[in-house]
Amino acid sequence: MLTFLALASVVLLGIVPEQTQGIVIYTGWERHALVGSDIRLSCSFFSWRWTSEDVTFSWTYRPDGSRDSISIFHYTGGAAYVDNKGPFRDRVEFVGNPGRRDGSILIKNLDFSDNGTFTCDAKNPPDIVGRPSSVRLLVFEKVPIQAGVITGAIIGVVLGLLVLIVVIYYLMRFLVARRVFSLSVSKHGKKKKEGSQQRQGPVPPADPSKVKAAASEKKKESRKDKK
Amino acid sequence: MLLLLLGIILLHVAALVLLFVSTIVSVWTSSETGTSDLWINCSTSNGGYHCDPATSGEWIQAVQAVMILSIIFSCLSLFLFFCQLFTLQKGGRFFLTGTFQILASLFVMSGAIIYTVMSPEWVPEGDAFGYSYILAWVAFPLALISGLIYVILRKRE
Repeated sequence: MLTFLALASVVLLGIVPEQTQGIVIYTGWERHALVGSDIRLSCSFFSWRWTSEDVTFSWTYRPDGSRDSISIFHYTGGAAYVDNKGPFRDRVEFVGNPGRRDGSILIKNLDFSDNGTFTCDAKNPPDIVGRPSSVRLLVFEKVPIQAGVITGAIIGVVLGLLVLIVVIYYLMRFLVARRVFSLSVSKHGKKKKEGSQQRQGPVPPADPSKVKAAASEKKKESRKDKK
Repeated sequence: MLLLLLGIILLHVAALVLLFVSTIVSVWTSSETGTSDLWINCSTSNGGYHCDPATSGEWIQAVQAVMILSIIFSCLSLFLFFCQLFTLQKGGRFFLTGTFQILASLFVMSGAIIYTVMSPEWVPEGDAFGYSYILAWVAFPLALISGLIYVILRKRE
């Protein structure tokens, strides 16, 4: 009983997605390019079936503002057929790999009249139910800078400089204070030595904690004067 | 003494508020068909309200950055003023506060100048300048005077 249920569920899970999924086609959403450059429009698909030998790819083009589409590329029976009469005559090249489910095309020497929507439709018999996917091509004279890039850059640089100046300032103060401390320690040591030589008799060595206290007091006074 | 303090703080806050309004409210140029500012270009062409984001130029982004920086520096200087009020020695000068405020006013000035010079590139010529633009220009001397007062002021007990 249990094994029957398990088998049934496996079979159902295997069949149902095939029936409801169909073929799923992926292209980009939007592509930007410069006038005169080349662009690769990628198209790939997902299908539960193995890639058949009769897999077909076809690309159609619809100009901006128009309602008609024309076909510009078709791959079938192992051979690629490119546009030889329309606006993309001699400019389309097949750069995909049907065995790897890749039906990408390369469009060369772009012009402003190539602005529009490119639709890729792929079929993997017997898996033929699917929705074609479209990618929009925008051709620019010069690629515009995204909003906010320069803004962010200027703000970042100025604030960074500010932080740097603050850090350097505190570093200098720390270093100068340390030099003053070491100088005052050596001065104190010298004075005590001279004093002991004048008096006579051995004098116990200077207490390091007392020397430190005297030096830190001197440091505090100099800081107050600075402010 | 307290009156002087209140007056100075009021001046600073007024400059800050003007900076905020000028940066946020959308009226740097205005015409019959629409308004535009640092962030977006709105116009009512035949059929409806239609807005373009300001991606059209490097200069407008520089103006945006400079206005935001001036707001940041002005806020920083207000904060530093209160800090220095309580930690400065008697007779000391509010140098840091004044420096930041003067820098903020310089940023506003450069932003307004850049906008004035480059605005024909992103708004049609013949548009009148709107009130946000005027507020930016008014904020500049206010911030400058406030900064100079801080630099001259001495802390008394």
